[in-house]
Amino acid sequence: MEIVYVYTKKHSEFGRQCNFSDRPAELHVDILPDISLAANFTVRDPCNVTIQCAEEMSEHEVNTERFESESRGINHVEGGWPKDLNPEDMEATIRYRKKVEKDEHYQNTIMQIAGLMEHCCKQNNATDIYREFFEDEDEEVLEESEEQPSAKTINVFRDPNEVKRTATSLSWHPEGNHKLAVAYSSLEFQRAPNDMSFDSYIWDIENPNKPEMTLRPVSPLVCLEYNPKDSHILVGGSYNGQIAYWDTRKGSQPVEMSTIEHSHRDPVYKVIWLQSKTGTDIFSASTDGQVLWWDIRKMSEPTERLVLDPSKKGNLDNALGVVSLEFETTMPTKFMVGTEQGLVVSCNRKAKTPAEKIVCTYSGHHGPIYALQRNPFFPKNFLTVADWTARIWSEDIKESSIMWTKYHMAHLLDGCWSPVRPSVFFTLKMDGTLDVWDILFKQNDPTLSLKVCDEAMCSIRVQDNGRFLGCGSQLGTTTLLEISAGLCTLQKNEKAMVSEMFERETKREKILEARHREMRLKERSRSEQSREDEGKETDGEESAEELVACAEREFFEIMEAEKKKERNEEKQRDKV
Amino acid sequence: MAEVEETIKRIQSQKGVQGIIIVNAEGIPIKSTLDNSSTVQYAGNVHQLLMKARGVVRDIDPQNDLTFLRVRSKKNEIMIAPDKDYFLIVIQNPTE
Repeated sequence: MEIVYVYTKKHSEFGRQCNFSDRPAELHVDILPDISLAANFTVRDPCNVTIQCAEEMSEHEVNTERFESESRGINHVEGGWPKDLNPEDMEATIRYRKKVEKDEHYQNTIMQIAGLMEHCCKQNNATDIYREFFEDEDEEVLEESEEQPSAKTINVFRDPNEVKRTATSLSWHPEGNHKLAVAYSSLEFQRAPNDMSFDSYIWDIENPNKPEMTLRPVSPLVCLEYNPKDSHILVGGSYNGQIAYWDTRKGSQPVEMSTIEHSHRDPVYKVIWLQSKTGTDIFSASTDGQVLWWDIRKMSEPTERLVLDPSKKGNLDNALGVVSLEFETTMPTKFMVGTEQGLVVSCNRKAKTPAEKIVCTYSGHHGPIYALQRNPFFPKNFLTVADWTARIWSEDIKESSIMWTKYHMAHLLDGCWSPVRPSVFFTLKMDGTLDVWDILFKQNDPTLSLKVCDEAMCSIRVQDNGRFLGCGSQLGTTTLLEISAGLCTLQKNEKAMVSEMFERETKREKILEARHREMRLKERSRSEQSREDEGKETDGEESAEELVACAEREFFEIMEAEKKKERNEEKQRDKV
Repeated sequence: MAEVEETIKRIQSQKGVQGIIIVNAEGIPIKSTLDNSSTVQYAGNVHQLLMKARGVVRDIDPQNDLTFLRVRSKKNEIMIAPDKDYFLIVIQNPTE
């Protein structure tokens, strides 16, 4: 509503002077509160008020006036002599100098600063103040109180196809480590759907959206390896047993494939590049029990063949299926294979006869050995990952492993050593966890256990710098993880401590083995003796019926004997 | 006068000391144990360095002032003790 006060002035009064007068206040409008309006409101209780207790600050910018400065050099020849003095004049200068020296102010000043100077000179002589002291100690303290071991996911590479396949094998690019080759296939027997793609991909680490390159084999690849000498060449073993090799400069199709007749009869589970002058030698292994050597320039037939028959007869029917291979470039004549049956077989490549090729076997696992790798620092010790445990072996002890993890709840599917730390290794489990073990820190449990994904994790590969690792899962998801610095920097005395630990465990096993042997010998000699005694009595009572008849006879004999004893006792009692 | 001489001798006798120079505010070397050309060179260069260093210290905090300057190089260490009117330069070869 409008409140209006009208003020009018007569025209005749315009221009007249103003006469001010007092009068009391007049009430023009009085608007009383309308109680009915209060009904539209309710009391709010409680009221939420936000307050902040902080200093009030304001931001100001100040720009000072630009100060111009210039660097000038002076060439000081003989400086500052007073005007009346000729610097060339020796006498005058000497006289001047002497005068200054006599000045009391000079003497006081010099005494003062000389004192200071002397202190510094002596200090210099006492110790080198610029040297870094306590350098080593500082580092130790820092490391101990430092970070918890941790790992974080950097990138995830998913299988771009609709039908997801397992990422069965990973291989890092040998130079620069910025590319990762992943082999995809479906290892479930006859479960692969018809429209499943056969492709495997090379991913660029920085770009998880699209693979950098596709490899199109004839049959899905189970394993894939970069040539460590030539980073453009990759070799892959496929599901149908063939080996193929690619040159990334030449495109997605394999450059050459091995002939079907001479290849493996089962999926090729592992292929490794050998150390050779030409850099073109590989060897491959498969569950059909064969280990074949190839030269990639001539893929029509393998250069060498070995049948993994434990009876050393080269009989393919008895052969053990091979699931993993191990080769160390420092020991080029030896190699090891991990079998489906849980045996690790150590072989010598340079043996003359096939029978001698198989040197010895290590048993102890209950299931196929999915991973087999020598410790990069201590090649005499190797790691095997199979069934529900991971075991560390020493080459000398064949009866059992020297160290092992406890039995886990899920199967262990892959594992590898860290290339920079001799005491660290990684294992992957079927429930999707990655375990990082540091045997110097804790032996019962993994130092770090991470759940990477919900499905089974099938393959792992650590980059050469030990910092990054890639793991592939059953649904084709490859995860790139970075582990904390503590787990990939070599600690002081680590090598010495790990070597001590391995030696200690090896010795323990040797002692145990010796003890077992002793006990067995004793048993044998005892059983031999007892057998000699009984030899005359027991003659081939093998059949069950005869045994039963014998048992009956003995029973009745005992009964008769007891009855007789009773009768005798009665008679005795009657007598008395 | 004699005390000054004594003090200088004492510093000179310290291990590793190669030379001592006393320079006044105008840059004239008053006393020196080195040869003339080296003295002149040191006096001139150090004077500039000293001014610059003092300027830096006072620029950052006007209440502050330079008390001592040490320049360590590969071969030796130059120590400069400044004052209002004079400064003392000692070149020492620190024992490693």
